[in-house]
Amino acid sequence: MDVHFPDYLKSARNHYALLTMDIFEQIRLQQNRRAFLSRAAMGVGGLALSSLLNPLAALAKQAKAASSDKWNGVIDQLHFAPRAKRVIFLYMAGGPSHLETLDHKPKLTELHGKPMPESFTQGQPIAQLQGKPLTCFAPQFAFSKYGKSGQEMSTAFPHIGSIADDICILRSMHTEQINHDPAHTFMNTGTSISGRPCMGSWINYGLGSECENLPGFVVLISSGGGQDQPVSSRQWHSGFLPSRFQGIHFQSKGDPVLYINNPPGVSPKVQRDVISTANSLNGMLNEAIDDPEIATRISQYEMAFKMQTSVPGLMDITGEPQSVLDMYGTQGGDGSFAANCLLARRLAERDVRFIQIYHRGWDHHGGIKNGIETVAAKVDQASAALVKDLKQRGMLDDTLVIWGGEFGRTPMAQGDGRDHHIRGFSLWMAGGGVKGGMSYGNTDELGYHAVENKVHVHDFHATMLHLFGIDHKKLTYRFQGRDFRLTDVHGEVVKAVLA
Amino acid sequence: MSSKRITLFVSFLFGCGSLIAADKDSTVHFNRDIRPILSDNCFNCHGPDQNTRKAKLRLDTPEGAFTERGGLVPITPGTLEKSEVFHRIVSKDPDDLMPPPESNKTLSAKEIDLLKRWIEQGARYEGHWAYIPPQRTKAPSIKNKKWGRNEIDPFILAKLEGNKLKPSPEADRRTLIRRLNFDLVGLPPKPGEVEAFVADKSPKAYEKLVDRLLASPQFGERMAVHWLDLVRYADTVGYHGDQLVSIWPFRDYVIKAFNSNKSFDQFTIEQIAGDLLPDATQEQKVASAYNRLHMMTGEGGAQDKEYRAKYFADRVRTTGSVWLGVTLGCAECHDHKFDPFSAKDFYTFGAFFADLKEKGYYPSGKWEPFMEVPNEEQSVRMTKLNATVARLEKEFNAPNADLDSAQKVWEKKQQAALKKEPFAWTTATIKKTVAKNKTALAGQPDGSVLTSGPNPDKEIYTITIPTDLTNISALRLEALTDPGFANQSLSRANGNFVLTGVEVRVQESGVARRNVKIVRAVADFEQEHHPISLAIDGKPDTGWAVSGHTQAANRQAAFIFDQPIAGGADTILTVILKHESQYGQHSIGRFRLSLSTEEEPKLPGAILPEKLVAILEQPESERSNAGKNELARFFRDSAREVAELRKKLSDARTARDEFKKQLPTTLVSVSEAPKETRIVPRGNWMDDSGEVVLPATPHFLPGPDGSDRRLTRMDLAQWLVSRENPLTARAFVNRLWRMYFGIGLSKVLDDIGSQGEWPTHPELLDNLAVEFMESGWDMKHMVRLMVTSSAYRQGSVGNEKLRETDPFNRLVARQSRFRIPAEMVRDNALSVSDLLSPTMYGASAKPYQPPGYYAQLNFPKREYQPDKGDNQYRRGVYTHWQRTFLHPMLMSFDAPSREECTAERPRSNTPLQSLVLLNDPTFVEAARVFAEKIIQQGGATEDARLKWAYRRALSRDPNKTEQRMLLGLLKEHRGVYTADKAAAEEIIKVGDAPTAREIDPTELAAWMSISRTILNLHETITRF
Repeated sequence: MDVHFPDYLKSARNHYALLTMDIFEQIRLQQNRRAFLSRAAMGVGGLALSSLLNPLAALAKQAKAASSDKWNGVIDQLHFAPRAKRVIFLYMAGGPSHLETLDHKPKLTELHGKPMPESFTQGQPIAQLQGKPLTCFAPQFAFSKYGKSGQEMSTAFPHIGSIADDICILRSMHTEQINHDPAHTFMNTGTSISGRPCMGSWINYGLGSECENLPGFVVLISSGGGQDQPVSSRQWHSGFLPSRFQGIHFQSKGDPVLYINNPPGVSPKVQRDVISTANSLNGMLNEAIDDPEIATRISQYEMAFKMQTSVPGLMDITGEPQSVLDMYGTQGGDGSFAANCLLARRLAERDVRFIQIYHRGWDHHGGIKNGIETVAAKVDQASAALVKDLKQRGMLDDTLVIWGGEFGRTPMAQGDGRDHHIRGFSLWMAGGGVKGGMSYGNTDELGYHAVENKVHVHDFHATMLHLFGIDHKKLTYRFQGRDFRLTDVHGEVVKAVLA
Repeated sequence: MSSKRITLFVSFLFGCGSLIAADKDSTVHFNRDIRPILSDNCFNCHGPDQNTRKAKLRLDTPEGAFTERGGLVPITPGTLEKSEVFHRIVSKDPDDLMPPPESNKTLSAKEIDLLKRWIEQGARYEGHWAYIPPQRTKAPSIKNKKWGRNEIDPFILAKLEGNKLKPSPEADRRTLIRRLNFDLVGLPPKPGEVEAFVADKSPKAYEKLVDRLLASPQFGERMAVHWLDLVRYADTVGYHGDQLVSIWPFRDYVIKAFNSNKSFDQFTIEQIAGDLLPDATQEQKVASAYNRLHMMTGEGGAQDKEYRAKYFADRVRTTGSVWLGVTLGCAECHDHKFDPFSAKDFYTFGAFFADLKEKGYYPSGKWEPFMEVPNEEQSVRMTKLNATVARLEKEFNAPNADLDSAQKVWEKKQQAALKKEPFAWTTATIKKTVAKNKTALAGQPDGSVLTSGPNPDKEIYTITIPTDLTNISALRLEALTDPGFANQSLSRANGNFVLTGVEVRVQESGVARRNVKIVRAVADFEQEHHPISLAIDGKPDTGWAVSGHTQAANRQAAFIFDQPIAGGADTILTVILKHESQYGQHSIGRFRLSLSTEEEPKLPGAILPEKLVAILEQPESERSNAGKNELARFFRDSAREVAELRKKLSDARTARDEFKKQLPTTLVSVSEAPKETRIVPRGNWMDDSGEVVLPATPHFLPGPDGSDRRLTRMDLAQWLVSRENPLTARAFVNRLWRMYFGIGLSKVLDDIGSQGEWPTHPELLDNLAVEFMESGWDMKHMVRLMVTSSAYRQGSVGNEKLRETDPFNRLVARQSRFRIPAEMVRDNALSVSDLLSPTMYGASAKPYQPPGYYAQLNFPKREYQPDKGDNQYRRGVYTHWQRTFLHPMLMSFDAPSREECTAERPRSNTPLQSLVLLNDPTFVEAARVFAEKIIQQGGATEDARLKWAYRRALSRDPNKTEQRMLLGLLKEHRGVYTADKAAAEEIIKVGDAPTAREIDPTELAAWMSISRTILNLHETITRF
């Protein structure tokens, strides 16, 4: 047969011999490469699958590739002793009102319906209330003391109240962007300019993933309880960091991971054979031209196949006892916040590094009382259950749970709701090296400005990285000639909250 | 450490690697060797930014470095001992050591040595290379006179010889034609083309191929991808609701510009200032859409000024990156840390764009200004339709005795009606109410309807009213306050409502149901910008509002019918009240409907606009001319007596407007009086204290004189492509080099400033830049020059030594290999399977996408509808670009969201890419159709078929092992699908393209495993 090969195949003489060699000769040759084989057995799933494909599947380069591609992080030696190994960020999207959740302001009740003192609002950015009369609006729920620590929280969230002694409430958060979209971008990336990496990408870039079969950064999203504000995929984008650090959005409908399921009519065996054959052919090419990109390609196909087989197991919660389902308040699999919390625990068990669960129901411009009741019914029990569940499994110590949104809401009325507010808001954290049963920082008497122990979003990021053992000033990436970092040129670790 | 990480680290270090920097004993060059060290380690505190400068010391200028300070001199040329800088960098005392330990920066021994030798050799400063105009350099002398075809080659060869390396042999023809195809048109060659090229013995075979590909219309499609990344072209606005915006004519402009080889200076001028050209053509105006490609917001509560500031900064960042290849954006809050750009430069640069008509906050999704972009045929039709309207308008407005006398009669009727008080409305008896989005509607004893329960963002009420009234002339709607509503006013949202549409239908006994036309409407109160007329304008997003959030009062409106409804026994009216504005939940909370049978119905106190009532009440002789005109205007516009003529006119207008709606539109630059531009201290948009600035180019570069007139965008555009601008040509040819050699001559494509990389071949880069300008900015010429060089034609494999000494191929001792870009990955699969549509241009196309992928979008919520037919198989460059949720296939293969300028796409290699190629229906369908073609056209034997498939996908024949493996797989899977015929039936049905039913499903499914394998090969998606 008249066979033409391009240069990249011709150039490798030895390889040529290999290609035309008798198949048994190849096997013999491989046995002489036992060192490679032992590594191959760990790395290449297709190796022992089929005698048909076996000889070439075992080529050494593939083996080398498969065992070497795992990203272990850019940081060789952690800057501090790490306390957290992973994050579950319960992201309350839309701007949860601190005044109906974590920040008790009785003075507002007193001033209800009266004009908001101008001294608070003068020269401040205002969103939808621009040019409107500003009147005080009383908190819509009573507050109560919870736990031994006696932390004050809204009675609309009794389940979160029940974990008061495990959580640390930050009451003096402040941020810079007053509209949802840029505010989300700011909370996730530390800037409102698009194209910068989000915190989940930074952490995976810095530390790598301990998980072989799943992405290191997973995003889950639920909605309901208020006006569902859009959330852009920019929020889990790796920006200028390599795309492998991008968050993977597990969808609640259809394929959980895009394209994770085989095409209709393709059985796992058929798929496995196709991958093995492609990888074997890629391996031959690599043998000829010795290109690390080919080795990587091979291992990415193996990783893809592993994901295909491990995702169904992850999603299958039939093994969860009823008591656990009841604790979260879900039967699972319905894309609800509660189901996602349960899934988050399962992801954490599989060592996924950064898990971010959005709930998009917090934009309460009007009807805030009803809105908070509705959203509380969706998130309160499951948020608390997650912390309790992690605790009972001994995972809370090295899992940092964060609960909060992109900003808070005005002490002023917008009808019977509240507008966006960036000068003071609250969030809570639990586990992962954070002190439980404490609160930190305060807003003024009307809940407008953070005034005591202020925590900027940059400080929050610095603290989060610190809990992972990372000095936020040292986790950098050179882009457009500048060493960028999550905290830009700011950020102070909030030492007081470290356990 | 894994190999990946080594790779990464090496690439970090490479800027000062041994291939480029000075040898141990040779002369140290400031720009090549010293500037990168100072820029990286010192300029942050001792550089151009005066605000963060420490100890008032600057090391970026010789004046700063050589001046004595308190008895010490930072740098004394030639004298190490008298150079404090040197003592500090080698100090053992952490208090003295520079850079200070807390900066996390340390100098390597090699860097210290370079600084030492530089000082010893006289500490000669040079301006940053990229800020000095490029000059042509004579080709260096080379030993091997046989190698090389054009002026690029001596520079490459000289460097190789200097490093004791030889160029790689020329690649074989199969490789060359594949490479050229991907590089120039983004598609694989057809097997016939490959064989013809392999067989072409003419000495100019290669050049002929290059010329053919450069002349192909697919050239523009391939080149556009990169340009669209730079200028951040997308089909949606990016912020918040990420709504659609029509701007695709700009994309087509770019494709056409490359195909017609528009000179780059003209290309630049048209994009930045096309609208300012004298007698600007439609094409030139379309080009000016460049200025409108930034992200925009329609988020409620967004402050106009804040977003204007964002767009301002975005334009400066982008224009600086696209043309100048520098990071001007870094000077938004402070002077640039590394380059001589001042914060003032940032704002004077942005001031060029201050004449653009735009908004910061675009309410109701009205993205403007925009223009229609009809093609030739559409233009002709539009002219005709406009002429018809003009003729009828003339007729309608012309003096007309018949109408004038009809008006007299009408006036009498109106005057009579005005006197009649009180006026009777009959409250409608409501039989049934339906709310589309599940709001609960309950009838009340007073005849009103009260809402409760779910409170959706948008709602439509449908009310059924049986009546036996006759001659029904109007409908009255009363909006009633309720103590249960927000502010005890009119709705459950905030007390206000927006009624966006009112429709009435009637079913009379024995007559088919018909729509009732509402000829006009009056209301007793109208909120500013929300008059009652907007409730009957047919637009879903505009409507009547009544300030209910600030004023709680009952409101009413009357809707007068074109012709009275005859009515009578068994008449059923259907009234539809729509609330579809962007304001969520702004639906009327409680309302009552009533009907009138008066010939000229009116609301209490308001039959006609007040102004007209006043005129009517005057005796005719006392009326002013203006008053008379107004009355006549109102009569002709709304009286039933003029209905027929009005209908003709309105039909003609509708025909024109409907046609107009189909015309493509694009955002466009429109110039108006320039807005004031101030320096914004620390980038804080609320701070108005900064200095007012006028447009100017960066202060340290030669530029146009703005002393006696305000400079314009045209001045900016001309400066960008002027000979005195040292950056534009370099930035462009450097990026072009990356396209054809895999990596830029200066590696950092978006920063050739101080923090960028000293080029590997500085003289070559400059020669190319000069050649580009001197050729008249001829883009195809530059492409041809690069791809016809011997450097380009080398093989890409190299050898082991080269892989070790030059893993990133900076010396070009071989070609580079790289995975093809996202769009090409798609185009390649469609081309191999022959599914690819050759259609060019037009609105963006929507290939298959997983359902629910847009679930997190809102305002509006939307579900993606994949295109059917030809549009399903368009090239990737035409794919709908949703900024916040880019098509997952494109995203997986590193296409950028185009929210910001992207000069360099990464070339990642991830498991998600594998999942796309394995499971995305686009690729499964391509594999299926490919398999059909293999069986139908590949010959009779399996061997022949496989060879056919390989030639088609890889432009070569399979070798024996490949053949053995793939045919083994075929046999195996034939068995699998014979045992499971249902599975075979399933897989061959993926995709819209009809399945070749004449092929046995089992056989087709088995061959699909082969075609899928081939489409998943690394080789298939790699350019060698």
